[in-house]
Amino acid sequence: MIIALLSDIHGNLEALSACLKHADQAGAGRYAFLGDLVGYGADPQAVVDTIARYADRGAVVVKGNHDEAVEKTPRYMNESVRAVIDWTRQALSDDGKAFLSSLSLCVRESDFCFVHASAASPQRWDYIDSAAAARRSIEAAQVIYTFCGHVHDQELYFQGAGGKTMAFKPIAGTPVPIGRHRRWLAIVGSVGQPRDNNPAAAYALFDTERERITFRRVPYDHIAAARKIREAGLPVSIAYRVEKGI
Amino acid sequence: MSDRCAGSELDGFRIGDRIHSGAMGYIYRVDGGDGAFPKIMKVPRVGPGESGEGVISYETEAMVLPALSGPHVPRFVAMGNLSKTPYLVTEWVEGESLQHLINRGALAPDRTASLGSAIADAVHSLHLQDVVHLDLKPDNVIIKADATVVLIDFGLAYHAHFPDLLAEEHRFAAGSAPYISPEQVLGRRSDPRSDIFSLGAMLYEMATGELPFGVPSTMAGLRDRLWLDPVPPRVRSPSVPPWLQEIVLRCLEPDAEDRYQSAALVAFDLRNPDQVALTARARKSARAGLLEQTRRWWRTRDRRPGPHALPKSQVSATPVVMVAVDTTHPDDERQPALQRATAQVLSLSAEFRLICVSVIRRSVAAGGAEGGESASGAYLDHLVRLRHWVEPLHLPPRRLSLHVIESANPEGALLEFARRNNVDLIVLGAPHPAQLGLAWWRSIASGVTANANCTVHVVRVPAAAS
Repeated sequence: MIIALLSDIHGNLEALSACLKHADQAGAGRYAFLGDLVGYGADPQAVVDTIARYADRGAVVVKGNHDEAVEKTPRYMNESVRAVIDWTRQALSDDGKAFLSSLSLCVRESDFCFVHASAASPQRWDYIDSAAAARRSIEAAQVIYTFCGHVHDQELYFQGAGGKTMAFKPIAGTPVPIGRHRRWLAIVGSVGQPRDNNPAAAYALFDTERERITFRRVPYDHIAAARKIREAGLPVSIAYRVEKGI
Repeated sequence: MSDRCAGSELDGFRIGDRIHSGAMGYIYRVDGGDGAFPKIMKVPRVGPGESGEGVISYETEAMVLPALSGPHVPRFVAMGNLSKTPYLVTEWVEGESLQHLINRGALAPDRTASLGSAIADAVHSLHLQDVVHLDLKPDNVIIKADATVVLIDFGLAYHAHFPDLLAEEHRFAAGSAPYISPEQVLGRRSDPRSDIFSLGAMLYEMATGELPFGVPSTMAGLRDRLWLDPVPPRVRSPSVPPWLQEIVLRCLEPDAEDRYQSAALVAFDLRNPDQVALTARARKSARAGLLEQTRRWWRTRDRRPGPHALPKSQVSATPVVMVAVDTTHPDDERQPALQRATAQVLSLSAEFRLICVSVIRRSVAAGGAEGGESASGAYLDHLVRLRHWVEPLHLPPRRLSLHVIESANPEGALLEFARRNNVDLIVLGAPHPAQLGLAWWRSIASGVTANANCTVHVVRVPAAAS
């Protein structure tokens, strides 16, 4: 079974469609959406509709901080993000908002933990930005594989035999063996708003039988996605980030 | 638990004799599986009471080996699941180990050079695949009957595409004390130039019969190589020529920046002793003085790892460029264009080697019926023209070498020379105007372009607008 892992879609329909098509061609039999379905992008409703259809067919979907913010604007968000959230709220149907608020913060299965931020305290939206943070999440998840997003850059953390947690920067397209005898935490990257100077959408595919994860970058029409953000009257800086991948 | 009985079966492999039993695990001869070649099975020691070192080395090798290809690594056959039945089946490489060879004593300089260049080729092929071996030692170098070198045992290797499972295990990831590089002593595992240091230690041993740093058994002893240079090979063995000492000591420089930047460059120098640019290293007759050692020691105190680069990109930043120059037509209008193109290519790399080659037809070289003197006269004449051609590029001698090859088959000669010298890029001219009547596919440039195993840059002078 190949599981497609998609996170931080951020209302970017062009990027989501490109990744879903890519995953389908790669033989994905299962899908997991790791939060932040909305925020930043110009198509929150279409993105939520698409993911809700996948959820009906058994996909895992967890809640991200931007999804939560649609319900209740938090204090920590800056002005431009707050403006996007206000805009997103009015762009979403009641069903769309209900779908977002129904999502769990964390889904655990026997070997897997799917979460947007850290499994140690999902509601605090802590970033996995160090080996120590990854270790806390891995140990709280208590499973072999933890998959998350929130941080937009792809990264693979793993536990050494001595118990130390180490980081690895994956190379897109190269399958990496991740055997069940260790614990792993994969940050799958952002579908809708990559920030590593490469505008291509990021996601990952996990092959459960061969115990291999392949991080992917998918080029899509990011110019069109950025244009829609401008046309919607959203902050220009957000369109610029999508254009440049920053 | 992991020891197995001869005659038993595992996943379709019939276990034969146990040929090795060590701290890391066991090795058996096996039959079965795909491919009609001899095979071995490696099984790590697992279970309570075992250190776990064998398992991590096994896991590393099982990750790295299937990703490797080419004639310089054993073929991967199969592996078991680590959490159930860990094993790794690979080709058994028939041949003699370098250890076995040097147990009989030091090798003659030309033998050291020919064998050393074959080892350097193998190391280069790993680096081009983004792998650093990190455990190069005579035991892990197998010389096949056809003189090809195969490197074995990737249990300590670093592959830039995979997580480095050994990153935390410094205490045993260090490799073999006589051969490991200063960077490895400091726990850095991603620099291909570490393998060049180990290659230097093996060349030293081949040439002198002795180890450059002995067999240190303590961390302090290991750290000596961060600032101590070895006794010059010529002091140990006066028969070592200066060019070989130059190569060996350059490989063994404590600072990776001062070594050869790619194994292809080591192979090239070993194959072309007369082209080795001799420096003070070649003349050295004693270790560095106390003052110099203290200076180096001080420098290592604040040595920090440089920026992380993929081994392949590090190696390709130091290309071997070959330019084919037609010295039979020195006034050809294509010559300045070829010079400009070569200068442009070289300006992209700080570290490179330019090989200028002219192929002259054997009939031309043979001159009159008596050959002899006039043949060598023609050869020298072309060498002079080649030197004249490259002069405007103002290259230091260590970056440059000149070769006149006599052959009735220029295309074949260029291709063979490029392949043997690990050339990364060939620069040559498009067909001569006199050849324009010929179909493009019959020109030397087209033949080289079609059959080279590297990039080819074909230079053409645009025809004047009519």
